[in-house]
Amino acid sequence: MLRIHCPVCGLRDETEFTYGGDATMRRPDMTESDPKAWVDYVFIRDNPRGPHKEYWHHVTGCRQWLIVKRDTLTHEISGSYLAREVADLADEVAA
Amino acid sequence: MNHYSALSILRHGLTGNRHWSRAWRDPAPKPSYDVVIVGGGGHGLATAYYLAKEHGIRNVAVLEKGWLGGGNTGRNTTIVRSNYMMPGNTMFYERSMQLWENLSQDLNYNVMISQRGQYNLCHSPAQMDAARRRGNIMRANGIDAELFDRAEVMRRIPYLDYSENARFPIHGAIYQGRAGTARHDAVAWGYARGADKHGVDLIQQCEVVGYIWDKDRIVGVETTRGPIRAKKVALAVAGHTGHLAGKAGLRLPVETHVLQAFVTEPLKPMVDSVISFGAAHFYISQSDKGGLVLGGDLDGFNSYAQRGGLPIVEHTLHSAKALMPSLSRLRLLRHWAGVMDMSMDGSPIIGKMPVEGLWLNGGWCYGGFKATPASGYCFAWTIAKDEPHPDNAEFTLERFERGCQIDEKGAGPQPNAH
Repeated sequence: MLRIHCPVCGLRDETEFTYGGDATMRRPDMTESDPKAWVDYVFIRDNPRGPHKEYWHHVTGCRQWLIVKRDTLTHEISGSYLAREVADLADEVAA
Repeated sequence: MNHYSALSILRHGLTGNRHWSRAWRDPAPKPSYDVVIVGGGGHGLATAYYLAKEHGIRNVAVLEKGWLGGGNTGRNTTIVRSNYMMPGNTMFYERSMQLWENLSQDLNYNVMISQRGQYNLCHSPAQMDAARRRGNIMRANGIDAELFDRAEVMRRIPYLDYSENARFPIHGAIYQGRAGTARHDAVAWGYARGADKHGVDLIQQCEVVGYIWDKDRIVGVETTRGPIRAKKVALAVAGHTGHLAGKAGLRLPVETHVLQAFVTEPLKPMVDSVISFGAAHFYISQSDKGGLVLGGDLDGFNSYAQRGGLPIVEHTLHSAKALMPSLSRLRLLRHWAGVMDMSMDGSPIIGKMPVEGLWLNGGWCYGGFKATPASGYCFAWTIAKDEPHPDNAEFTLERFERGCQIDEKGAGPQPNAH
């Protein structure tokens, strides 16, 4: 069982959340016409063994989207943020 | 090496079982090979076996960081079946089924294939329609499939919940009689012994940590037991596919997820087939030792940890109890997890990579065990001939950018949903 810190609700069980995948993916601009940019966005993932930034939706709590920093090998969580507050700073969150 | 037979058991039995020889050698790695296969699970060992047997390529090493068959080959629910309906999948899995049917004889090793039949239960009229379509596609391709109504399922597997209170009423089932189970460890050991017999070096405790490059071409691997050069490097590393491909500079349409499985305490014979619940994702069979072997969904988030969490334990056992209320008092005996290379369309990738010198066999999602023989057969073909076998021709890496995904479940590019 993961225990995820929600900035709004505090420490909550994993079962209150829905997983949203890799949070480093950025949808290309809608005017982007290079298919490779869209292939990368839709299909291709870094899939790291180690630190991972990922979306979680606190769906049975405050319904906020979070960005959580979690290690995929140890499951250790080292930080969580409201996605709407850090979306533009997603790369800085990794630091 | 000894040929195994009833006579050999008798002879060794009469001499106190003191003279059995090792099933395979334990060689030190040579400086170079024609082909180095990374990953000593079922797929890697089968690939080595078919490279040597079918293509005469015997200067081959299989490198395994732990012990043979210690990854997902030993962490599945041992189900084999060929009930796939998407072009590209259907005949690949049927080839696997046909190889399974003769595998013990081919390997001279008892893989305990048991074609006890598999039911996929349907819980709504819509699911019955989908099952009818699947069954028709299978039969049009020469694969056995039967559709049973509720009464026939009740007659055949009477211990499911058919009551008024059943959470998901059972409308019927699609059944493949040739499906069943195999002994997972024996598959790894049989292929290991067969490959070794043909001269393949099986090197355990040897982790690949990087590649040897000649300009932009891979010409070998760096390992914890020193550098090993190879004309061709072939990956068959399941959940670690993304990690090792990443060291070659490749980003793949794959996420690594953790999947759990369970065995209960042993019972008298009860479940004499494989049963898949169609309402939740749940499947159950009974091992020869009597334990019920069952599994369910992924934990659902990226993970390389070979251990699972309690929410999925609870979820899987809810499914078990909803389907077979008589299991409610059973205790679990063992529980384990493996890391799956979940691809973006739920289907595998077998082929040459954009990096020269590198071949990949991965993206197996949940379906790797049943695919073991055909995976090895087709991967060996692809490596030996530099072109895919017709049965794995659709399992390309390029299918994603071409928009030709093979999405059996229709779940879209959500790896945790396949």
